[in-house]
Amino acid sequence: MSRYLFIIFFWLLAMVPPAAQAELTIEIVGGASQQIPIAIVPFSRPGQTDALTPVIAADLQRSGLFRTLETRGVASQPHDLAEVKYPDWTALQAQALVIGKIEPLAGGKLKVSFRLLDVLKQTPLAGLEYEITPAQMRGTAHKIADVIYEKLTGERGVFATRISYVTKSKGNRFVLQVADSDGVNPQTVLSSKEPIISPTWSPDGTKLAYVSFEKKKPIIYVQSLTSGQRSVLANYKGNNSAPAWSPDGNRLAIVLTYGANSQIYLINADGTGLKQLSRSRGIDTEPVWSPDGKWIYFTSDRGGSPQVYKMSTLGGEAQRVTFEGSYNVSPYLSPDGKLLTYVRRESGKFRITQQDLTNGQVQILSDTAQDESPSYAPNGRQILYATNMGGKGVLSVVSSDGRTKQRLSEAGGDVREPSWGPWVN
Amino acid sequence: MNKSLIGVIALAVFLTACAGKKVKEEPAAAVEEKSPAAQVQAPAPATGMDESASTASAGASDASGNPLTDPNNILSKRSIYFDYDKDEVKAEFRPLVEAHAKYLQQNSNARLMIQGNADERGSREYNLSLGQRRAAAVKNAMNVYGASDNQIETVSYGEEKQRCAEATEACYAENRRADIVYSGE
Repeated sequence: MSRYLFIIFFWLLAMVPPAAQAELTIEIVGGASQQIPIAIVPFSRPGQTDALTPVIAADLQRSGLFRTLETRGVASQPHDLAEVKYPDWTALQAQALVIGKIEPLAGGKLKVSFRLLDVLKQTPLAGLEYEITPAQMRGTAHKIADVIYEKLTGERGVFATRISYVTKSKGNRFVLQVADSDGVNPQTVLSSKEPIISPTWSPDGTKLAYVSFEKKKPIIYVQSLTSGQRSVLANYKGNNSAPAWSPDGNRLAIVLTYGANSQIYLINADGTGLKQLSRSRGIDTEPVWSPDGKWIYFTSDRGGSPQVYKMSTLGGEAQRVTFEGSYNVSPYLSPDGKLLTYVRRESGKFRITQQDLTNGQVQILSDTAQDESPSYAPNGRQILYATNMGGKGVLSVVSSDGRTKQRLSEAGGDVREPSWGPWVN
Repeated sequence: MNKSLIGVIALAVFLTACAGKKVKEEPAAAVEEKSPAAQVQAPAPATGMDESASTASAGASDASGNPLTDPNNILSKRSIYFDYDKDEVKAEFRPLVEAHAKYLQQNSNARLMIQGNADERGSREYNLSLGQRRAAAVKNAMNVYGASDNQIETVSYGEEKQRCAEATEACYAENRRADIVYSGE
């Protein structure tokens, strides 16, 4: 397994454009109790190694819901429907089979076609064609993995989404990056000698809001991922931090101190219309919006210890949401608004916790000790967070049922402040 | 004079005690006094006195003429340490805070920045808020001692500017800190 990933890793290194940073490598632990056995036949491509299927296989494995089968020993290696001999795949105990091919087109373009087949029923489940440039190979692999995932699990996949995070190198350089959901293909958004924290995606996936200390104090910026252009969203006296986009993308909740206690404010996405939302004598910070835009969940120590509260975006009284434990921070809501994840300190360990808002049930999901910054995948099936392994900041993903865990780590420095981006189409 | 001398001694003893590895995290006192005015004097310790510190007093200058950088002057001491998840300025730091407040009073052109910090554990954003509250607590204490608002600015670095990088109690304690930096330094 690890050798396999090793090979993928180096193949990918060879593929990345020169501007890209070091890749994040992935380790997977655990998995769902019922995994779908799936066979993926390498897509033929004359004269070249198959670049797609390793990415598709790795995506499906990472979800914890699939078990990819070794296909090299199988006599038939089909690329078209007519070449499929179902008994070969029944013998392998595959439930699903993926076949496909990559063909060169005029102008250096490629045609990628694939089919997903139900081995038991001996019927096609999906088939699509893509016309791409060679640079779009990995993105196409993620899209194919999404189609397979959705056909076989009934839920939309998140492989073609992106994540953001901040790396800190040994030379104290902070780099805000955006990468594919598997941590590969990182692109630099901002590089700075001063810390960058709390990057968060606009709902349409075209912008990041973040906090940069480059002017020796925390200031909130909004930066376009397409043009690279950025503007100051909030630079008021004291701290400007913890930006969170409203679901419609028109406003943000932010945190200002004006020199004393952090309080939550609402501001239009263009920086106008600032107004104070929370009014407490404690720290109010880390706001997030409920998916319906009606509530702000946030961290407050107004009751003595930091806990998660919620209040209407129209103002009014706050209601306490977390009750167990003396330190519950960094709330984040699942896309359906039914689950709340946050970081709980218990016996000196900081762990990713999930609370079912419909019945109040609480579950500790992680087995690490210094967890931070959880965010749900757009389909709610996984939580991306930062933790510390062997004195180094790493990113981890845990499935929201707690069964599958993966670690994404960069060879060089610390990785922290992850945020899972939205679906973009 | 007498009062500030006691303060200097108390500080010197504390700093001497801090010079080693220790700085244990102590549970916060059951009742912590919120009003800085109520505890102007630190208890005078009997041992561990640094003899050079005992000769200095706030406002006095060294040969170079700058009391802010004279190592024998309390004004050269710039860090106030805090208990875990707390922002109370503890009694042993009151003399230091008072000395800087008096300096601001006597030097109306002087400006300083108080930089609040937190240890690395827990949420970065919460720690940013906590660092700000620590800086504000030091500023409030300076105000009580007579420093004017427009001479003091506060900022928080949260857990982003760790002075000590190890995951030990001693390091965490070193990082739970507010630093005083004068304009132009």
